[in-house]
Amino acid sequence: MSELLLEGTAQGERLMLAGSGAWVAENARRLEIEIDAATRRSGEVRRVDIDMGAVDHLDTFGAWLLERLMRDFSARGAATQVYGLKDNYRALMDEVHGVKPEQSPAHSGGSTIIYLIASIGRSIATIGGSFSAFINMLGALMVALLRVIAHPGRFRFTAMVHQLDNVGWRAVPIVMLITFLIGGIIAQQGIFHFSKFGADIYVVDMVGILVLREIGVLIVAIMVAGRSGSAYTAELGTMQMREEIDALRTMGFDPIEVLILPRIVALLIAVPILAFLGSMAALYGGGLVAWLYGGISPEIYLSRLKEAVTLQTFEVGMIKAPFMAMVVGVVACVDGLAVKGSSESLGLQTTASVVESIFLVIVLDGFFAMFFASIGM
Amino acid sequence: MAQGNGRRDVVIEVRDVVVGFGDHLVLDHVNLDVYRGEILGFVGGSGAGKSVLTRAIIGLLPKRAGTIKVFGVEMSAASDAARQAVERHWGVLFQQGALFSSLTVRENLQFPIREYLKVSQTLLDELAIAKLEMVGLDSSVLEKFPSELSGGMTKRVALARALALDPEIVFLDEPTSGLDPIGAGAFDTLIMTLQRTLGLTVFMVTHDLDSLHTVCDRIAVLADGKVIAAGTMDTMLASTHPWLRAYFHGTRSRANHLDVAKI
Repeated sequence: MSELLLEGTAQGERLMLAGSGAWVAENARRLEIEIDAATRRSGEVRRVDIDMGAVDHLDTFGAWLLERLMRDFSARGAATQVYGLKDNYRALMDEVHGVKPEQSPAHSGGSTIIYLIASIGRSIATIGGSFSAFINMLGALMVALLRVIAHPGRFRFTAMVHQLDNVGWRAVPIVMLITFLIGGIIAQQGIFHFSKFGADIYVVDMVGILVLREIGVLIVAIMVAGRSGSAYTAELGTMQMREEIDALRTMGFDPIEVLILPRIVALLIAVPILAFLGSMAALYGGGLVAWLYGGISPEIYLSRLKEAVTLQTFEVGMIKAPFMAMVVGVVACVDGLAVKGSSESLGLQTTASVVESIFLVIVLDGFFAMFFASIGM
Repeated sequence: MAQGNGRRDVVIEVRDVVVGFGDHLVLDHVNLDVYRGEILGFVGGSGAGKSVLTRAIIGLLPKRAGTIKVFGVEMSAASDAARQAVERHWGVLFQQGALFSSLTVRENLQFPIREYLKVSQTLLDELAIAKLEMVGLDSSVLEKFPSELSGGMTKRVALARALALDPEIVFLDEPTSGLDPIGAGAFDTLIMTLQRTLGLTVFMVTHDLDSLHTVCDRIAVLADGKVIAAGTMDTMLASTHPWLRAYFHGTRSRANHLDVAKI
């Protein structure tokens, strides 16, 4: 396998090259190296004769490399001639002979600093764009909602129930498991550190307030964003890619009303229920750990809990749930509709949907904390 | 017409192949030979199993019985290395093109070459252009993404990708579907030119009667889970089988409009 595919002998200003063997894809790498070597080695030549008589196979790879060899020599002012090429390869050589080199696109020159500034500008524009898309979607949803309220028959009740099953009922086990564990972990950490001051019993206050006001609803919203928000984005994105949404539009349906409103309504119903169930599971987990690890009996835990939390604590948590559902749902749908034709774009938008909605949920929670503090709740 | 030169070398040999889904047998003991250097048109009613046989040959569908030999290699029994060696020598044009949507045209074309052969980036770039020009496009589409191409361009780029490794067999699944008559005609000519220049064997699933008339050397007909006829256009037109008569002498056939039996 090591015999040369191309051999050259120079006679003054005349170079004679002789090809042999199979000039095919498998040998392309070797052939390219030999051809480059032959072009470089030769000095000042006026005439190049290439004998292809001993080449028994030629494919596009070989034909192009031969063409390139001839072009290289022609560019240096040498006359090239090929002889001995088998007739059945003529058409192929004619084909590659017509190949024009790439018109290299004019690279927009610019320093890295300009590139950096430009990319910052682009990201700002993207953020602005997604903000306005969010507001647009909220507006479109309101319009669709008003229309549905005016004509209740148009509401896609079946679709909403189907979504409710997906995002609500089927999410119950995993949401309760995770919140149960989180409640347990909070209680364990509380007992471990509070016992240093002999303040074990205050762990019940901490678990109760933390879970009911913040953690319960926050964990549930984050889980829904990862579980259902991503599903919404992927579903709508695939429908967008396959022109299903355009098809709906041409039939005179409003995609917002048909696809998005039932999904958002399902989330608005499911998230508060999940938040409630999650909070209860977390309190249960906390109580269990307090009993087994901290020796706080269930009776004491419950009576302490009654003193520590009020209905208001619970309300503060639950009021937030529908708002978080709204944020997760709207972000997921906006990103789903923003999917372009490629599978990469689908992946990108699904990631963006989860990241954005988790971020916004946490920011929203912060605003609620400030709001409730200032009104004294 | 390329009627072989005396010896007829069989490159694809399908014997008694059975493929089914559940209780339903789509292919029931199918036999088919494809000879080296020919363009075989493969026709049959919608749902007759043309795509199923094509997918069974290229190994995307398992068969229940029978043998499929490509270049004399029984694909289902071959070692990984032997199978890869065969796969390296065929190219497939899927009906929708199946271009990788996250790669540009350039990357799509270079992908198979880069994976199989270690050649320099310069050569990769030059070959991408050469392949594009062979299918009638030019370097202006190199940086486009598949979603930015028109239907005809997608087919051409997909054909260029199928040809990337200089295969010996190309499978074309309805290459002219979705193209306007002019575009379809140009695509037919392109297939013929490429077949001649590269010495390809072409296995073409098609419904386009014009393609069958102009480019195919032989036609095989699938009906009722079997290949009911295989031969030249003349044989098909002369056949008395009711399905063949309906297909080739129907209102949309050329034979109805002008006498082209001698094409």
